[in-house]
Amino acid sequence: MHQAALLGGMIHDASHYGWKVAQPLHDWGKMAEAVQNHVKSLNWGHRVQLQDRKVKYLNFKASFVNPHVVCGVSKAGEETLLSADHIVIATGGRPRYPMHIEGALEYGITSDDIFWLKESPGKTLVVGASYVALECAGFLTGLGLDTTVMIRSVPLRAFDQQMASLVTEHMAVHGTRILRGCTPLRVERLSDGRLQVTWVDLASDKKDTGTFDTVLWAVGRVPETRGLNLEKAGVRTNPNTQKILVDAQEATSVPHIYAIGDVAEGRPELTPTAIMAGRLLAQRLCSRSSDLMDYDNVPTTVFTPLEYGCVGLSEEEAVARHGEERVEVYHAYYKPLEFVVPERDASQCYIKMVCLREPPQLVLGLHFLGPNAGEVTQGFALGIKCGASYQQVMRTVGIHPTCAEEVAKLRISKRSGLDPTVTGC
Amino acid sequence: NRRLGNVRGVCVPRSPPGRRARLSAPGTSRLSSAAREELRRRLLGLIEGHRVVIFSKSYCPHSARVKELFSSLGVDCNILELDQVNDGASVQEVLLEITNQRTVPNISVNKVHVGGCDRAFQAHQSGLLQKLLQEDPAYDYDLIVIGGGSGGLSCAQEAAALRGRVMVLDLVVPSPQGTSWGLGGTCVNVGCIAKKLMHEAALLGQALTDSGKFGWEYNQQVRHSWETMTRAIRKRIGSLNWSYQRAPRERAVAYVSSYGEFVEHHKIKATNGKGQETYYTAAKFVIATGERLRYLGIQGDKEYCITSDDLFSLPYCPGATLVVGASSVALECAGFLAGLGLEVTVMVRSQLLRGFDQEMAEKVASSMQQLGVRFLRKFVPVEQLEKGSPGKLKVVAKSTEGTEMIEGLYNTVLLAIGRDSCTKKIGLEKIGVTVNEKTGKIPVNDVEQSSVPYVYAVGDVVGGKPELTPVTVQAGRLLARRLFGGRLEKCDYINAPTVVLTPLEYGGYAEKAVEVYRKENLEVYHTLFWPLEWTVACRDSNTCYAKIICSKFDNGRVIGSLVLGPKAGEVTQGFAAAMKCGLTKQLLDDTIGIHPTCAQVFTTLEITKSSGLDITQQGR
Repeated sequence: MHQAALLGGMIHDASHYGWKVAQPLHDWGKMAEAVQNHVKSLNWGHRVQLQDRKVKYLNFKASFVNPHVVCGVSKAGEETLLSADHIVIATGGRPRYPMHIEGALEYGITSDDIFWLKESPGKTLVVGASYVALECAGFLTGLGLDTTVMIRSVPLRAFDQQMASLVTEHMAVHGTRILRGCTPLRVERLSDGRLQVTWVDLASDKKDTGTFDTVLWAVGRVPETRGLNLEKAGVRTNPNTQKILVDAQEATSVPHIYAIGDVAEGRPELTPTAIMAGRLLAQRLCSRSSDLMDYDNVPTTVFTPLEYGCVGLSEEEAVARHGEERVEVYHAYYKPLEFVVPERDASQCYIKMVCLREPPQLVLGLHFLGPNAGEVTQGFALGIKCGASYQQVMRTVGIHPTCAEEVAKLRISKRSGLDPTVTGC
Repeated sequence: NRRLGNVRGVCVPRSPPGRRARLSAPGTSRLSSAAREELRRRLLGLIEGHRVVIFSKSYCPHSARVKELFSSLGVDCNILELDQVNDGASVQEVLLEITNQRTVPNISVNKVHVGGCDRAFQAHQSGLLQKLLQEDPAYDYDLIVIGGGSGGLSCAQEAAALRGRVMVLDLVVPSPQGTSWGLGGTCVNVGCIAKKLMHEAALLGQALTDSGKFGWEYNQQVRHSWETMTRAIRKRIGSLNWSYQRAPRERAVAYVSSYGEFVEHHKIKATNGKGQETYYTAAKFVIATGERLRYLGIQGDKEYCITSDDLFSLPYCPGATLVVGASSVALECAGFLAGLGLEVTVMVRSQLLRGFDQEMAEKVASSMQQLGVRFLRKFVPVEQLEKGSPGKLKVVAKSTEGTEMIEGLYNTVLLAIGRDSCTKKIGLEKIGVTVNEKTGKIPVNDVEQSSVPYVYAVGDVVGGKPELTPVTVQAGRLLARRLFGGRLEKCDYINAPTVVLTPLEYGGYAEKAVEVYRKENLEVYHTLFWPLEWTVACRDSNTCYAKIICSKFDNGRVIGSLVLGPKAGEVTQGFAAAMKCGLTKQLLDDTIGIHPTCAQVFTTLEITKSSGLDITQQGR
């Protein structure tokens, strides 16, 4: 859906490059069908893969009977008891509904629903400040919908805060309405079927209302642990988060029961980490290797309209761990070449590299805001894994003309106070 | 004055192991003539490049006295301690040739050989030494750079920032079709920038097609206007020219729009567009004149054909186009022209993308064929090109393997058969700069110095180096730092990542060393992949391809990473950085992919090429 929104931008750009195209309209139903078809083919692919590898797949809802026995209930309600030497819990999480808000469950939807809507959501209020909230608000705006994001405190809390504010600034400039410091009180359905949301501004305590076609909750996720009867197996969870406590081996409080992915406490909620953790766990269980999953320096990308890719420490974390005096931050505001002809605003295209100050200036983190951030960040994540120093990155020859080459040309340190705007090419 | 910084033990090459010159008996030189010539050049560079140069030995009391003398005069010296370098004895031999003096100290002031310790003190007493020291070079400039492209400008600006007095000469000789352009060189005007923008235009055409699948609807037949595109691109390039003109001025570089030509040592004639001549002198010169496109050398070529120099500002849509050549420029132009909806044919004499991984090159070509580009392999145009019916050109071509002849009609013939160095008409012969007769390139040593010690060369004009803007910019900048900043760092030409902006982009970074490894010592991992944005757009699931080349020894170090797919340049850049940091297959496997991207495919490569296993992806 992000790609669909990007294509909308490209259609606009195309006219600057000589393509004669009328102002386009977007057909939600057509997009949704195409996206859903692809997702269904992925579902099918997973089943085929399981079959190919001779994994038995059972469409059951599972819960523990005792530490070695699991009860599976089929759709028809039939129960089957299964036992195994090792049990892996990988039930993931589901979006949270703010149950204390009147009308939240009744009238609101979550990201679980948005991708399966057959009709356009229309004017939408997205509540939340997570990357899911910002990504959804971003592509809805990009598809031409009137979109508002309501954020209680700070956006993208676990991320570098300078980058987070550039991300939201870019969204605000490009048509997403952002309500900061506000929290919803109730949702009501009006007689015309639209939703009226009442919220409060936390600073002034003033109340306000607005009408929307859709209210999307993106206020976090709840791990799927409640229906598992974990207490029967003796698997311990964190009472605050409901997530399963695990050690470096991914083992729970019961040694032969493991938990991986979003259901495990303290793990990044990212697909590739879950995949790798699962693969490494399998290798250990089969005594093929003893490698543990390394959860440090996990690269990720937030697919907001202006994409944000990052790996390693944020500036705040680096300063907290090493002290301000021992950290050097190199940064640049740059203009992607593809922005120039369509005269796109590049005010938020920004890169920063967080390094140790002492030579050879080990790279602690890289933060990239701009087009194709995921593609750019992946390789540098490898570099950081290899223990890259600032000097080594600077000695890498750039690929001209790309956005990624700007990373290899970061020469201005924050400490110097010099203007970090890149001019020329 | 920083450039007179006290540099010790610099600039003189260390002999290769096993050839420690100090072991050789005096007079019986074991230096090869080439090595001797090289050393001579360096020493002359040292003497001519600095105000005071003292060849000394650290334990020699006479040397110490001379150093004290200059120090008491408050003069910074460049001192080379011959007992602290490996080839001190060779240096002494060559000094004998240059200065007629073998012993140390050996003193030169402003390029004048003063002599040893006694002579220096005599010169001090007679006042000659002071006079020599005062006599700052009578040259107009410390440095004149010929050519205002990426390399020339980066060198000039860095030199000026280090307080050198610098001039840049730049005048574009119009193409045979009359196209000319502003400051900034090939890359900006008729190379990377213009090319990428046209490639972008073609990609947007593809995006328009894709967008329908993503629910976008527009009621009109989409057409492309060549004029709108070229106007927008010219506007962008115009603003870059302007920023390039402004930058030298801000950095106090004298920029003269004139053609530079050597007339005698240290002296150059600058001819402007109106034919007015001015003469300038300088202590040092940098040649950064680059290359210009080659023509076929058959009748009608200059009259009827265009090159990429003309294409980027062509005032009309080229229509059905024949591209002659197989270089990256040829394929890139053919690719974006086809992407803009034109009928395109590529005529290739032998190999596609020579110097690139050939498996990748063939895949690039086949993806272009899918886009409708026609390839005529093993053909060359041999007969004259004549004007056919209005706006049409007839091309007759002959097979390179047989006698078969083919004829074709095109609206435009675009030549992209390579480029020639601009070294012919700049008076290099007058000052004795060696030029490779075959290639026309200027041979330089590892500090970019030509056969004439005060003349340097950077960029495409230099032989045997990658012709890439960022490399050239780096080389120019480092050269200026060595000349004016007392720095020693040399440009590392070996490892340069690159991208070819064909419709299916190719990005690659391979150590040159790949060729020297035996095949059995390499392990290649590869896969086809289907970018997520292509799935919904229903584009082919088995076009994009990634491979890495690992050394079986050296811990499975990755020595090459190559990708065919969207955003190949953005993907490759970080991999290049990682390979610089010693990336291994194991580390690649341990790194978590960024989901969903194309780049993540590299973190899950499992199938080796040698296994022969199937790498096709299941599409729908």
